[in-house]
This record gives sequence, C-alpha cells and structure tokens, in this order.
Amino acid sequence: MKSARNHKLAFWLTFCPPTLWMLIFLLVPILIIGIFSFSAKQGLVDISASWVLDNYIRAFDPVYLSVFFKSIGIAALTTLICFLIGFPVAIGIASAPKSWKPVLLMIVVLPFWVNLLIRTYALIAVFRTRGFFNFSLEWVANLFGIPFEPLTLLYNDAAVILGLVYIHLPFMILPLYAGFEGFNKSLLEAASDLGAQQFKIITAIVLPIMAPSIISGCILVFIPALGSFLTPELLGGPSSQMIANVIERQFLAANDWPFGSALSMMLIYLTFGALALRYFWLRRRYFSSTENKP
Amino acid sequence: MILCCTIVFLYAPIIVLVIFSFNDSRRNVTWHGFTFKYYEKAIHNNNLIEAFLNSLSIAFFNTVFSLILGTLTALLLWRFRFSYKSVYEGIILVPIIIPEICIGIALLVFFNLCGWPNDLPWPLNLSKITCAHILFSFPFVAVIIRARLAKFNLDQEEAALDLGANHKQIFKNVLFPHLKPALIVSSLLAFTLSLDDFVITFFMSGPETTTVPIKIYSMVRFSVTPEVNAASTILLLITIVLAAIAIWIQRGWAKEVEKS
Repeated sequence: MKSARNHKLAFWLTFCPPTLWMLIFLLVPILIIGIFSFSAKQGLVDISASWVLDNYIRAFDPVYLSVFFKSIGIAALTTLICFLIGFPVAIGIASAPKSWKPVLLMIVVLPFWVNLLIRTYALIAVFRTRGFFNFSLEWVANLFGIPFEPLTLLYNDAAVILGLVYIHLPFMILPLYAGFEGFNKSLLEAASDLGAQQFKIITAIVLPIMAPSIISGCILVFIPALGSFLTPELLGGPSSQMIANVIERQFLAANDWPFGSALSMMLIYLTFGALALRYFWLRRRYFSSTENKP
Repeated sequence: MILCCTIVFLYAPIIVLVIFSFNDSRRNVTWHGFTFKYYEKAIHNNNLIEAFLNSLSIAFFNTVFSLILGTLTALLLWRFRFSYKSVYEGIILVPIIIPEICIGIALLVFFNLCGWPNDLPWPLNLSKITCAHILFSFPFVAVIIRARLAKFNLDQEEAALDLGANHKQIFKNVLFPHLKPALIVSSLLAFTLSLDDFVITFFMSGPETTTVPIKIYSMVRFSVTPEVNAASTILLLITIVLAAIAIWIQRGWAKEVEKS
C-alpha cells in the first residue's frame, strides 16, 4: 500500500475515470431527483425547484403509506420464507460429502445467472390458470374422479411472494452456507453429549453463532425484494402493487416526476436504513464480544 | 430432502419452459410432438433479431468499459492509501445496493435534463443504455479483481524489481498473468449482467433501441406462446454457457488457492 501523495500521476490515473463515471451517472442523477422531490409541478411539463415538502406530505397519504407498508410486509415475508427454506438447505450442502459440495453450490448459484424475466415468465407458465400446475392437479383429480375447477394462482399477493422467494433464494443460501462452513461442528457434539436437546442446540448454539451470516442473508434478500419491480408487475394483481410499481407509474404514466422522485428518495432512505440497522447491530455485537474477552 | 425439493423448485419451471419451446401446439400445455418451428419463427422475427443485435453490442461495449473502469478501481483501492478511502469504497458499491428502479428513473431524468441526443446513428443510439449498464457492472468487476489482487504476493513484484524489470514489464509479465482468471470471470459477469438487465434498460430504451429482455417482456405482456419460450431458451442458453465457463474458471482458481 502506497501513499497517494508520493505517486500522484498513478493515483490520479486510477482515481479519475471510475470516480467521474460515478459522479456523472450516479451522484448527479440522484442529486437531481433529490432536488425534484422538493419541487412542484407547473403545467404539464415544467418543474420548478421551489423547496416545498408537498411531495413528501403526499407520500404519507394513507393510499401511498399502505403501499409502503405492503411492500415492507411482502419483502419481510419473502425474507422469512427464504430463511426457513434456505437454512436447512445450507445445512444440507455444508454437511454433504466433500466431492458433492461444489456441484450442489453450482446448482444453487446457476439460477442467479438466468435472466430475471425468463424466470418470472417460467413461473407464469407453470402457475397460470391454464398452466402446468393446474393441469397436473386436474389430471390427479380426474384420476380419482373428483370434479376439478382450475385454481387462480397468479395475480395476487401470494404469487408475488412466491416469485420473490423463487428469485432471491440463492442470495439467502450462499451466506448461510459460508457461515456453516466456518462453523465448529464439535460444539454440536459437545452440546448433545452434555444432554442438550435438538431444539435447544439450535436456539442456544447454532443461531447465535450464525447470526452474522443470517443477517447478511436477510439483508441480501430484503433490500432487492423491497425495491422489486418486475415480479409484482408480472405476477401481482392490481392490489398487489409495490413501491417500485407506483414509482414507475409516476414517471411513465401519470407524468408526475416530482412525486415519483419523492417516492424513490424514500425507497433509497429505506434501503440505507436497512443497511444501517445491520451495521449498528454488527458493531454492537463486535464491541460486546470484545468486552467479554479476558 | 428439503435440498432436493428446493432444487426441483428452482429448476422445474425453467426446464418446463425449455421443453415446451419444442412443443408443436399453440396452447402450450399439453405435449403435441417435437418441433423447431418456433425457433424458426423467432429467427425470422426481424424485431427480435434487431433486439438481439442491440443486446449483443451493448453487452460488448459494457464489458470493455466495465473491465477498464473496474480494474482501475481495484488497482486504486489495492495500491493507494488516501483519506476517506472507506467512504469511497462504500460509494463504489452504491450502484449495486440501491434499488434498480431508483437508478432507472434517476438516469431517465438525468438524460432528459442534459439533453442527451436521441437520434444518433446505430450503435451510438444505444449509448444511454450502455452508460447505465457500465454503471452497475463495473463495481462487480472491481470487487472480483480486488479479491484476486489481495491474493497477489508482493514479494513477486520485489523479486521482479530486483531482477531489473521496469514497471511496465512487471505489469505485463507478473501482475497481468496473475489477474487473468479474474479478468475473464469478470468480463463474463459484466457481459451477462448487461444481457440480462431489464429494469434499468426499461427506462432507457425507446422504440429504436429495444433489447432482448425488453422484447420478451412485451411478448409476455401480450400472451404466453411457444415463441416466447423459444426466444427465452436462446437467451437462457447463452447465459448458462457463459456462467458455466465463469464458474469453472473460478473453481480452478479456488483450487490454486487451496494448494498455496
């Protein structure tokens, strides 16, 4: 590691291009919508920077507030389901024979590379009213001679959650797996030798030690789920719109850019809020663990 | 048990989608025999071909620029000490962290306000989408290359210096061979990220500048037909092959680390 002061040319050569790119295409655009969020719409196209709070006040209108709460609820439920599925799966991979591990990991990671749209479309094809799932149910029902009415599985909140779980599951499994790999298995043996029950072992030993990986996994699922646009757009019904869909409508349909900007700024604040929670939690944990050391 | 169910859950819909792209029936539910006819249809669909060419050129330019910017960032963070470095490291990750929709609309507003020309000749008319893709691709490249740089043994550099090599030679003969697998993996990742992006592209694209995901999206909105399955399968195949190569290289890399 060298000091920037002694190698000025090399430093600026590596510093400027990425920084400029960030500045022009990230910080300036976000600053603009930040300013827009305090502006008022005048006429059809004009927007004046007038430093008013109207857009934020409107965002706290029950209609939009309920969308926010709904989005947070859907994202939280998605995170919970991902955790409940991902936890045993991660244990399964971590305790698999050594030669199997890379294969299993690859199987879990590979869907991450597959296009989000294609995965969502695949879900539509399976679960729509005339889809494969209903078709299989009908076949089973006919086998037993039960009259069958195709179920409406799509275009509701449950479908959105299903889609989000489907897409974000690898994000949960990977950090949990990494956590289990570093887990000292003799602790489990010691606990069961001392007579602890299965449930007690999990709550008293596994969960506390795994907490950092669990938090990482939850953040990795919660943040993208909260801001997801495509899944509720394609799988959700009119009542299961999330924040991102409302934002999109402000820009591409309602043409109310200041209000849309205010909503997206709030989404950004929420995202950073979730990150800050994780940061403070890990820091507190780190300090309390160093204090306990002799 | 749960592991098996999860794998089935993750893969069954995709596999069904691929299988039914060969199905000889418009209704797309029951199997009516094997056919390539929807692939032929897809190949003769001029709009789709145009979108495909757009996607490939965006992905190409994205890969080149992300590789340059990402490598520079990685070198900067690896080599230099400077004030507010941890803040800088955080800012680099912002494009990955904040919701895609926010980046999408922020860039939409930005390009509108700065009067970015809309009627440029091909491929310059794709510049908006390409700039947006570079923004979220190069942090990934930076992270991968930095991880590889962290494994670089600085003694090697000193040895090369002692043997009389100049900085250019060290870069070419010592550092570059060390970085090569990371460069390949990150370029594959940048390419697929760009090829797959929907949300941000959605806000940047116009009638002349559709990409494959945007085209598939408009087809999906319309109806679920085997043609969509065929188009998806083609895109799927490309990304799976690229991903398999990347994961395979990374595995070799992990083994090398284990050895040393």
